[in-house]
Amino acid sequence: MKILVCISNVPDTTSKINFTEGDTKFDTNGVQFVINPNDEFGLTRAMWFKEKQGAEVHVATVGGAQTEPTIRKALAIGADEAIRVNAEPTDGFFVAQQLAEVVKNGSYDLIIAGRESIDYNGGMVPGILATLLDMNFVNTCISLEVDGTNATAIREIDGGKEKISTSLPLVIGGQKGLVEESDLRIPNMRGIMMARKKALNVVEPVDASQPTQDQKFEKPAPKGPVKLVDADNVGELVDLLHNEAKVI
Amino acid sequence: MSVLVYTESEKGKFKKNAFEVASYAHKVAQDLGTSVTAVTFNVEDNASLGDYGVSKVLKISNDQLATFNAKAYASALAQAAEAEGAKVIIVSSSADSKFLAPILTAKLNGGYVPNVVAAPDSTSPFVVKRTAFSNKGFAHTEITADVKVIGVSNNAFGAVENNTSATVEDFSPSLADDAFSTKSIEVDKVAGKVSIADADIVVSGGRGLKGPENWGMIEELAKVLGAATACSKPVSDMGWRPHGEHVGQTGKPVASNLYIAIGISGAIQHLAGVSASKTKVVINNDPEAPFFKAADYGIVGDAFEVVPKLIEKLKEFKAQNA
Ligand SMILES: Cc1cc2nc3c(=O)[nH]c(=O)nc-3n(C[C@H](O)[C@H](O)[C@H](O)COP(=O)(O)OP(=O)(O)OC[C@H]3O[C@@H](n4cnc5c(N)ncnc54)[C@H](O)[C@@H]3O)c2cc1C
Repeated sequence: MKILVCISNVPDTTSKINFTEGDTKFDTNGVQFVINPNDEFGLTRAMWFKEKQGAEVHVATVGGAQTEPTIRKALAIGADEAIRVNAEPTDGFFVAQQLAEVVKNGSYDLIIAGRESIDYNGGMVPGILATLLDMNFVNTCISLEVDGTNATAIREIDGGKEKISTSLPLVIGGQKGLVEESDLRIPNMRGIMMARKKALNVVEPVDASQPTQDQKFEKPAPKGPVKLVDADNVGELVDLLHNEAKVI
Repeated sequence: MSVLVYTESEKGKFKKNAFEVASYAHKVAQDLGTSVTAVTFNVEDNASLGDYGVSKVLKISNDQLATFNAKAYASALAQAAEAEGAKVIIVSSSADSKFLAPILTAKLNGGYVPNVVAAPDSTSPFVVKRTAFSNKGFAHTEITADVKVIGVSNNAFGAVENNTSATVEDFSPSLADDAFSTKSIEVDKVAGKVSIADADIVVSGGRGLKGPENWGMIEELAKVLGAATACSKPVSDMGWRPHGEHVGQTGKPVASNLYIAIGISGAIQHLAGVSASKTKVVINNDPEAPFFKAADYGIVGDAFEVVPKLIEKLKEFKAQNA
């Protein structure tokens, strides 16, 4: 089995968010970038397939040279090869078109992407990618088993979960649950040394449409101070929720 | 040229979000000087959509579509959009809508913007406001593609009554076998429990509750309020609560009207996923807990004393206001 894990390079989850250039650009100043958490679960699941069932695992990202430390980390964790499409990922459809080209050139059986990137939260790359490639697709995937070309997946639905049977070639939008959090890997020295010898192929983007454009960003309005209610006067909270907030 | 809306249903009944997305579609249709066409799947009684501004219903009755199937539903919606010449398609932000919207977008070669929190800033150019950076910011995004797919955030627009009368037409999409290449084999849903996505009120517990054996009072509070239960990430990681209840940046997003956080510190990753909720209440014994900075109302106190009292007061309130 040949697996492609799509990696998004995102601000670390504790990042403070600021904008520059008249609120038209995300301010990367002082921000640490990491593998998108949803993708990290997928990458670890891919490692599991590699170790337990035998698979070749490649990672791909669409991004500038500044994303290389993030994909190097994926190589250090155990991916065999990396591909970076040299383009700014400003629109999900655009990214999906670039990744579709990578998939066509690499003939992958399984493509693991994250259900969404935690920066722009578009959540569209895996579904568009699957449709462009005419592959099966399961979103918000929390469990994946592959037996030959048959696949069984569990996806999270509102209020529960759904078990799905499908077949390869398959694209999933994965998340926490694909592996246990305690199984996520931190690159060790040996992995880091080995990663240096692995191929990181930079390819130029193909012509693609860009159907959306962010014109301007904005931060949420600052919040007023919290209204504290005395622990001995819980009834007042009920009152406030009813008469002031009007939510009960 | 109408605005098309995908109205979700379950077992023949509309979900709450169906009326919200219909209302949103009505607003967009007004701005564009056109009308709203809804697509419904296996719903017999479609008249209620008229109350929310829908003037035409394309009614699909098809046993193969009895349970949700993203690819097949997307294919049906794409055919409806083409039949209606619809250039704007409105969906919700449920797990199902987020599953099918990208497929639909790719089929129609459109532009998709999810997590939209307000009526369009303008329709020419077409610009919508959406959340980004896990609710730590907003983006105003222009959709330049001919076909525009908009995912409306839960509770962001609300259901708005607009008395229209809806005509109903049968619609039979042609579905190739390939549309069913993923098959649902089992759905596991706790019956009678409010889901986080549908809930107006969410009651959430954190590590401060010390163990799963203490969740009885969280469930009781939720029951009194007709709320869904949720938890912070460590709580689900430790197996105190099911994974599906974990909310936050890497868990489920919450956009309820009321979010009550009990024994949750308010780490940035937790806040990111719940800050879209309108009113936030925090109960925590540490006055320095960061959550107090993000909350509207707070009680500094021991959850084990405060929550039972709150349940009691709410029961009294319910009895008086019944
Ligand atoms: C990549 C990444 C992603 C993450 N994603 C998420 C996410 O999506 N969602 C999420 O929730 N977290 C997430 N986290 C974890 C997050 O950083 C915090 O660790 C977590 O939210 C803390 O959970 P907690 O508030 O329940 O526990 P704690 O931090 O242990 O806080 C418990 C709180 O309970 C209070 N308390 C204790 N006893 C009582 C009592 N008797 N009565 C009242 N209050 C009491 C304490 O004062 C404290 O404030 C993520 C972390 C990382 C690194």
